[in-house]
Amino acid sequence: MAASYPVETSFLFGRLTLDALPLNEPIVVATFAVVAMGGLAVFGGLTYFRLWGYLWREWFTSVDHKKIGIMYMVLGIVMLLRGFADAIMMRLQQALAFNGSEGYLNAHHYDQIFTAHGVIMIFFVAMPLVTGLMNYVVPLQIGARDVSFPFLNNFSFWMTTGGAILVMMSLFIGEFAKTGWLAYPPLSGIGYSPDPGVDYYIWALQIAGVGTTLSGVNLICTIIKMRAPGMSLMKMPVFTWTSLCTNVLIVATFPVLTAVLVLLSLDRYLGMNFFTNDFGGSPMLYVNLIWIWGHPEVYILILPAFGVFSEVASTFSGKRLFGYTSMVYATVVITILSYLVWLHHFFTMGSGASVNSFFGITTMIISIPTGAKIFNWLFTMYKGRIKFELPMMYTVAFMITFVIGGMTGVMLAIPPADFVLHNSLFLIAHFHNVIIGGVVFGMFAGIAYWWPKAFGFKLDPFWGKMSFWFWVLGFYFAFMPLYVLGFMGVTRRMRVFDDPSWHIWFLIAGFGAFLILLGIVSFLVQIGVSILKREQLRDETGDPWHGRTLEWATSSPPPAYNFAFTPVIHQIDAWWDMKKRGYVRPLEGYKSIHMPRNTGAGVILAACSVALGFALVWYMWWLAALSFVALVAVAIIHTFNYNRDYDIPAEEVAQTEMERTRLLAGQVTP
Amino acid sequence: MSRFRLILLLPLAALLAGCNFVVLDPSGDIAIQQRDIVVISTALMLLIIIPVLALTVWFAWKYRATNTSATYDPDWHHSTQLELVIWAAPLLIIICLGALTWMGTHLLDPYRPLDRIAAGTVVKQDEHKPLEVEVVALDWKWLFIYPEQGMATVNELVAPVNRPISFKITASSVMNSFYIPALAGMIYAMPGMETKLHAVINEAGVYRGISANYSGAGFSGMHFRFHGVSDADFEAWVAKAKAGGGNLTRAAYLDLEKPSENVPVTYFAQVDPVLFRAIVNMCVETGKMCMSEMMAIDEQGGLGLEGVNNVLALTYDKYARRGTVLGGDSGFVVGICSPEDLVEAGAKIPAIRTTPATRLIGAGLPVPAFTPISAPSSPFTAPFRPSSI
Amino acid sequence: MSNATTAPANGEIVFYEVDEHAHPEGHSTALGFWIYLMSDCLIFAMLFATFGVLGGNYAAGPAPKDLFDLELVALNTAMLLFSSITYGFAMLAMEKGKIAQVQVWLGITGLFGLAFLCIELYEFHHMIHVGATPQRSAFLSAFFTLVGTHGLHVTFGLIWLVTMMVQVGYRGLIPANRRRLMCLSMFWHFLDVIWIGVFTFVYLMGMLR
Repeated sequence: MAASYPVETSFLFGRLTLDALPLNEPIVVATFAVVAMGGLAVFGGLTYFRLWGYLWREWFTSVDHKKIGIMYMVLGIVMLLRGFADAIMMRLQQALAFNGSEGYLNAHHYDQIFTAHGVIMIFFVAMPLVTGLMNYVVPLQIGARDVSFPFLNNFSFWMTTGGAILVMMSLFIGEFAKTGWLAYPPLSGIGYSPDPGVDYYIWALQIAGVGTTLSGVNLICTIIKMRAPGMSLMKMPVFTWTSLCTNVLIVATFPVLTAVLVLLSLDRYLGMNFFTNDFGGSPMLYVNLIWIWGHPEVYILILPAFGVFSEVASTFSGKRLFGYTSMVYATVVITILSYLVWLHHFFTMGSGASVNSFFGITTMIISIPTGAKIFNWLFTMYKGRIKFELPMMYTVAFMITFVIGGMTGVMLAIPPADFVLHNSLFLIAHFHNVIIGGVVFGMFAGIAYWWPKAFGFKLDPFWGKMSFWFWVLGFYFAFMPLYVLGFMGVTRRMRVFDDPSWHIWFLIAGFGAFLILLGIVSFLVQIGVSILKREQLRDETGDPWHGRTLEWATSSPPPAYNFAFTPVIHQIDAWWDMKKRGYVRPLEGYKSIHMPRNTGAGVILAACSVALGFALVWYMWWLAALSFVALVAVAIIHTFNYNRDYDIPAEEVAQTEMERTRLLAGQVTP
Repeated sequence: MSRFRLILLLPLAALLAGCNFVVLDPSGDIAIQQRDIVVISTALMLLIIIPVLALTVWFAWKYRATNTSATYDPDWHHSTQLELVIWAAPLLIIICLGALTWMGTHLLDPYRPLDRIAAGTVVKQDEHKPLEVEVVALDWKWLFIYPEQGMATVNELVAPVNRPISFKITASSVMNSFYIPALAGMIYAMPGMETKLHAVINEAGVYRGISANYSGAGFSGMHFRFHGVSDADFEAWVAKAKAGGGNLTRAAYLDLEKPSENVPVTYFAQVDPVLFRAIVNMCVETGKMCMSEMMAIDEQGGLGLEGVNNVLALTYDKYARRGTVLGGDSGFVVGICSPEDLVEAGAKIPAIRTTPATRLIGAGLPVPAFTPISAPSSPFTAPFRPSSI
Repeated sequence: MSNATTAPANGEIVFYEVDEHAHPEGHSTALGFWIYLMSDCLIFAMLFATFGVLGGNYAAGPAPKDLFDLELVALNTAMLLFSSITYGFAMLAMEKGKIAQVQVWLGITGLFGLAFLCIELYEFHHMIHVGATPQRSAFLSAFFTLVGTHGLHVTFGLIWLVTMMVQVGYRGLIPANRRRLMCLSMFWHFLDVIWIGVFTFVYLMGMLR
């Protein structure tokens, strides 16, 4: 696949030629056919039902944190399908490629798949799901009308989507990186990866990274500045606390990723020598820098999941969270420590024993606050009345699964043990153990928990439980064999195998992946069934779980302004406190409410960024220049728009609230 | 009933019995000690993990909503004693693990020469002279140079049992990781860098060796056989390899270095004595400046503006271009010294050591006292320890 | 925040505010912009760290002492420092509500910034002309990237500054424009601080190497 260089470029299309279309890869062609047909169906449907205008006005240009949160979740779930397709293709290849068989994927294809799987799952599944949940829930939990910078929120979402679009384009136009998800040079340098794959990787992450960083700034400001009166920091719900810490981590780490990718692209485009072997460059510098971002990144993902479990555990145990203060301190300690452990990802690079032990021990220290958190959830359940609804089931599954992952993580943190386990399938099993057992279970718990808030009806419990059991069993079947294989000295990212005694374990792992597939299908069926049965599952109280925090005080779905009157907080678990002390919902005295106005600028800016990224990948300099100028121009023109907000008149508020009063009258308030 | 359950477990037992858990049952002393650390740490952690798992299941069962006989105390949310326990218990375990980590990491530092052959057998300097092996990760095969024997092999490594082996490891193009699970833990093989590994094999046998770091298209086929043999067999193998093999000159190396997959075992009866040093310094190609020379010049403040033009266009590319779309064609820095100077240049620069071998001693001897962080390995410089001399 | 409704006279506990709890537009802009600046600062931190690691790798090529002209850099530093002062005068004029003065000081700031950029480009051009290109060594890659990133920030600052002058001319010193001028002020002074780091760490210490 190594192209001959200097590369042939044309003015109009850069280095893009018809050869870049993977027409000789039947799998890709078939995928493209399916995606194209699905896309056409969606496009046709939207056109037929004249929904484009609605989508544009009410969703794409919306600055409402709730709608943006939902769009993030949709993005995450759609990309989950792509990321999982990659996963099951890998499992199939590894289950087949034994006894002299090459499997069904060549190296060119397989190496792209495991790279894409990692990149997509982290950046375009886990990040959107986490950000979406925070976006939706945090302003409601702190009693705010919206986030601090509503337009920025819309822009962030579209930049994240822009990155995802660029990754999806690489599937059909050209190729993706074949370097592994962190693209270590020199392999990812121009010498060994001259193809556009790494460039897709760089620009997709840069574009999405802008969105993530700005969204981090936005949520920090929101939490610091927009809490309802009375809500001191130590009265914030735990999910808000973990969101705050996550966003601090985002703002303090994503610039590192941005910088290191800039350096890599300067190497690749301008022939600079940061990470090359010659001219004094140092590939080890890249490895250090990328993990300075990469390790905090895993805490960015897991902390909000910890927050979800805290909310769920206390709500479904009908009990206040045990050890709120120590929970908060544990979160903050994890936040700080996550910066001091990056080197544990490359103990085997030959650092001195003292350095290795320092980073090994700091890594282990993180397990102390994490352990304390586990105990806190445990003692939240103690003397509770646990209702095993779906979110709670995920929480218990998480607690059991996560401690196993934590244990194997501490094993990997001991350098001499890491020397025999590093880069093996044991490592793969470990991080899937914490990411599926922690983040994925957390996101599913969060979705099931807050779905009724977002849509006004619960999710169907039967299909939820199906999804739950398929996911949990699938996880154990898919990844426990990988622990075993790790002990047999099997390395990650292998395409073919020659030792037949490993085969059975790969078959079991493949079966596990199939179970997870059923889990994902059940999840989609659950959503479909719930929408069909929404009248039966309807919740009109706005508080279906006997919740404890403020988001349950308003209607489901909440009105655009969230709260007709800004709540005043006296205690942790403000809504529980209000219910206990006989809060009466105000029925008059509504005032007009000041709200931000929708704008299409975010969509346009992100579209320009995607065009810029695509142009840079393919060396179409005219398009790059054009889209860059357009980007700057649109940004400037946007600043000339001073008319950014409007008032919801008091009559409209009164009408919305009266509607709710009518609904509540038909209910027995909890 | 319980017997029935045991029968159900049989297939699993059969599955496990048929496997070779090389990481848990290795054949080299270093790997055995590393395995011990895996086992000890797991046991230590299970002390806390098992109670947590049991409590989770028990609480989830006992306090289920349908069990109305269990106590329900919705406002119980704090207990100072309990808080102390839940922070102190993990802390204690981590203190134990931390001590284990500190000692284990220093004793099993791959850069540290061995002090024991096996549990109870201390290395004697005169008796156990280490076997020197120079390892080069190529795209996608392994080159082993035996400097004492003056020979080299591709994808086959042979070493006598119970004799310390001293590996010097580098790579030609991209990062790899040198790993023989039965022998010792892995260490990265990086271009322009030299890493080290000290190990010993205690049982004769044939073992699998792999690259444990993804390195491109031919990565899956990048494995080799490692034979642990008796001294006599080793001599016989050396004789056999020397009888049939060719000569690994620089030109032959440049040819060998080109990407190839699933390469069969090859022997070279002779090898250029400075080849490994030239590979580490990335100056196998004629006329290219060696990194050691470049670093020495840079140490003196560079070559000034005159040095700007000391660059020739690359005539030799690994297998793809090195130029970039906007940066023009890449070149290389022209060497000033002759290639033969390399041997002397290399001999003058002492190897960088971070762990004082004299203070650290292994099993059978008193455990060393607390070792302070030695100056050269501050957290900021040490990631770059692999020397390129 | 603590309006009458939170603590009513009759001592009854209150769960909501009767009056609209307004968060005026831009109430957290200053904080948000600070946080953004800190994240930008981190990018520079990475570039400084990279320069720290690679700054001595000349690849047998030229070193700082062969390339840097401290007098030119001192002049350049003066340009940027002066532009910070003149921006300060613009902010003082803004406080007094004098639009014309604001415009004049902003214009002078822009000219100083432009001078800074021109001198920097001259320096780059000279270095590339003698062959010390960013491709020549890791040191030069790190140098051009660090200093160039700062220059790029100044360029965007200038674009922003011109935009602000137009907006002030168009709308006057309305609260939104005052807020924006304050953000640009933070940005401009931030770039000054970064430059002091560059001047010390790259140029002065480079000459001492």
